[in-house]
Amino acid sequence: MSSPLLTAQQIVKNFGGLTAVANVSVHFDQNELIGLIGPNGAGKTTLFNLLTGVTPVTSGAISLYTDQGVQSLNGKRPAEIAQAGLSRTFQNIRLFKELSVLDNVRIAMTNHYQEGFLASIFRVPKFYRTEADMTLAAQKLLAIFDLTSVADQPAKNLPYGIQRRLEIVRALATKPKLLFLDEPAAGMNPEETADLTRLIRQVQRDFHITIVLIEHDMSLVMNVVERLYVLEHGALLAEGTPNEIQHNPAVIKAYLGDEA
Amino acid sequence: MQTFGQQLINGLSLGSIYALLALGYTMVYGIIKLINFAHGDIYMLGAFWGYYVINQLHFNFIWAMLSAMVFCALLGVIIEYFAYRPLRHSPRITALITAIGVSFLLENGMTYLFTANTRSFPQVIKTVTYHLGGLRISNIQLLILGTACLLMLLLELIIKRTKMGRAMRAVSVDPEAAQLVGININHTISFTFALGSAMAGAAGVLIGLYYNSIDPLMGMTPGIKAFVAAVIGGIGSVPGASVGGFLIGLLETGVQAIGLSAYKDAVVYFVLIVILLVLPAGIFGKKTKEKV
Amino acid sequence: MKANFKYNISWLAVMVIGFVAIDACEFLGIINTFIENMLVTIGINIILATGLNLIIGFSGQFSLGHAGFMAIGAYATGIMTQTIATPLGFYLSMVIGIVIAMIAALIVGIPTLRLRGDYLAIATMGAAEIIRILINNLKITNGAAGLFNIPPLVTWATVYVLMCLTTIVTVNFIHSRNGRAIMSVREDEIAAEAMGINPTRWKLAAFVFGAATAAIGGSLHAAYIQTIAPGDFNIMASIAILIIVVLGGVGSITGTFVAAIVLGALDTILQNFGTLRMIIYSLALILIMIFKPSGLLGNWELSFKHLGIHQRKEQSIHE
Repeated sequence: MSSPLLTAQQIVKNFGGLTAVANVSVHFDQNELIGLIGPNGAGKTTLFNLLTGVTPVTSGAISLYTDQGVQSLNGKRPAEIAQAGLSRTFQNIRLFKELSVLDNVRIAMTNHYQEGFLASIFRVPKFYRTEADMTLAAQKLLAIFDLTSVADQPAKNLPYGIQRRLEIVRALATKPKLLFLDEPAAGMNPEETADLTRLIRQVQRDFHITIVLIEHDMSLVMNVVERLYVLEHGALLAEGTPNEIQHNPAVIKAYLGDEA
Repeated sequence: MQTFGQQLINGLSLGSIYALLALGYTMVYGIIKLINFAHGDIYMLGAFWGYYVINQLHFNFIWAMLSAMVFCALLGVIIEYFAYRPLRHSPRITALITAIGVSFLLENGMTYLFTANTRSFPQVIKTVTYHLGGLRISNIQLLILGTACLLMLLLELIIKRTKMGRAMRAVSVDPEAAQLVGININHTISFTFALGSAMAGAAGVLIGLYYNSIDPLMGMTPGIKAFVAAVIGGIGSVPGASVGGFLIGLLETGVQAIGLSAYKDAVVYFVLIVILLVLPAGIFGKKTKEKV
Repeated sequence: MKANFKYNISWLAVMVIGFVAIDACEFLGIINTFIENMLVTIGINIILATGLNLIIGFSGQFSLGHAGFMAIGAYATGIMTQTIATPLGFYLSMVIGIVIAMIAALIVGIPTLRLRGDYLAIATMGAAEIIRILINNLKITNGAAGLFNIPPLVTWATVYVLMCLTTIVTVNFIHSRNGRAIMSVREDEIAAEAMGINPTRWKLAAFVFGAATAAIGGSLHAAYIQTIAPGDFNIMASIAILIIVVLGGVGSITGTFVAAIVLGALDTILQNFGTLRMIIYSLALILIMIFKPSGLLGNWELSFKHLGIHQRKEQSIHE
């Protein structure tokens, strides 16, 4: 029943003489919720950057499974990869700060609407129709995540936890098949983390997408994910269900004196 | 070969003027990220100062140049204090427009006071031309080259070996952290302006002597060229500014020598664009990539 | 839909009133040639600065080469209308100027828009200088002497209408899917890219759009002033347009209008001061920047929509 969505085979990333990611192979299946954990500097964010095309891989193959067959993502620009259905949030929140919440979401929908250049500068009815459709779709999305009341606010004015939520909503607006969340609970208080846990479950359930999550908050990770990858020093240390990982001696050793 | 050698000498003389100017741009940019548009006009004021002290007070060359350096240093500090300091936390483009305003003010103020006429610079040193194996080198060219190299060396020593130089480097890397370890940012920035402006003052007197003519708008084009030199060398880098300056000087004389003087500036800008495309941060610039 | 219609009609009314007001003043003799000259200069500056504001304020790319594209438009008109001295010839020359300027912007923009901040500024400045030096050395452009006796095919009314048209088109472009994509690149290039927006493509779109409006400004300048020379399009000319943008407020088209009018009026008033003119001008520039660092209007925008914000909120509740 689980068919693959994205696979990365033996990917390697060298920065100068430093190997940040060494021979890592992962696979993310349709509609799965996967965790990616590891100590600081293990190469988790680098792996996200490689999979989303922000940094090119040194070697290895990244393939996306679509209805039209298998598509290689190697050498593709981040924008193309996003259009292929991979979206993400960032560790240090990268919203379009000066723009409104609504615009943040509408920008993520840019590629799904084509009213045409001439239509937009001469304001023919088609422009207004497309614009209204876009706004409506964005408002719906904002309503699902309780952001309607702040829709006209500039993103920079939102409280931290809401900014994190908006970033997830913005990523969803690109209609992704796969969503990467980079430390979504960082800097949140326990209450906000609990909200986030509910939110992630809701997203996966209602949007039928695959979610990959980097997280240091073990309560969140162990609570929501179905499967885990553990990275250490750029290499894959273990893979398994939360229960398996919690009892994996190698993982316990890696985390000794750390969180677990 | 002979003409090549000749052009090399001419190019290096011109290049050392650009290099001296480029140093001011690069230091100021390095520390407050401002393209100090008025820098070329400080060089003009240095030339005018030299003109007056030589004509009126009968200074010799050394005193004329040293006093021009002190005068320009003061001027640089004053300009920074009144025009740029209030804008230190404003958008950078605002500071740039202010710098352009200062440049207009200096150019037009001087035109108002001294008319736009070109004046001939007093030849305080008699020009002697040496013939070396078919090459002609004037004592002025040697003087320019020597003085420029000496000043650059001195600057490098100040930046690398003195406490103030260390403070300058610290502020250019991280102003807040520098402040935390007890560096006085205001003094450091003033000092940077003083140093850069002094170099421009020296360059002004040297160019007066070399070209024998000065006018209130003389700083405009060399100012822009020197900025281009600083960018080519890698803005913020002191050796980069020197290399960039010499490079532009050589390029200009080279293009002129092959009979394309009408396209001299176009070639300079073309080389600038090509260098930036290959090395987006200039020759000595550090490449910075945003962390995701 | 109805609301949109209302806003559009309001703006149209403003434009018509402006036109009628100038026309009436002209008829009553309040506007002499001197004042008309000032108004036309203001109009052309608005066209130029609006396009530059799109590049700097909305796409966040620091271009210092606007005068280069203006020169292309001016010379296209200057050269063509000498053989086809009809209004049709003027518009034809304007279109050709726009096309050449857009091609030039592509050639300049594709490699240089990868550069950031001040590096881009200096590269675009260099590119504009290269354009100017080419014009300075070509036969067809009559070299450094420039072109004289360009047929006067433009009146203040032409400038006014084209100013309105370019502003409408630019503002419509900004307030659309396109404009939002462009602003997202300004806000955060990496995030925009992760949302499927190709930064190079959208930066280029803004740059080419800006170049096209600069060419329009150049065409009008050539046909109204009737004399052009390469020196009119040097670095200082680019800077003059930049000053309007920054003085008005980067990212505010309303600000660009205000700044162009204020500077145009200031320039006219200062004519009486002779040589002191530029000193006062530069002092004014420095003081405005020090006391109003984000420009006269910041990023505030005059909008009939915001005036009617209450009605809109009520409507959405009833939907």
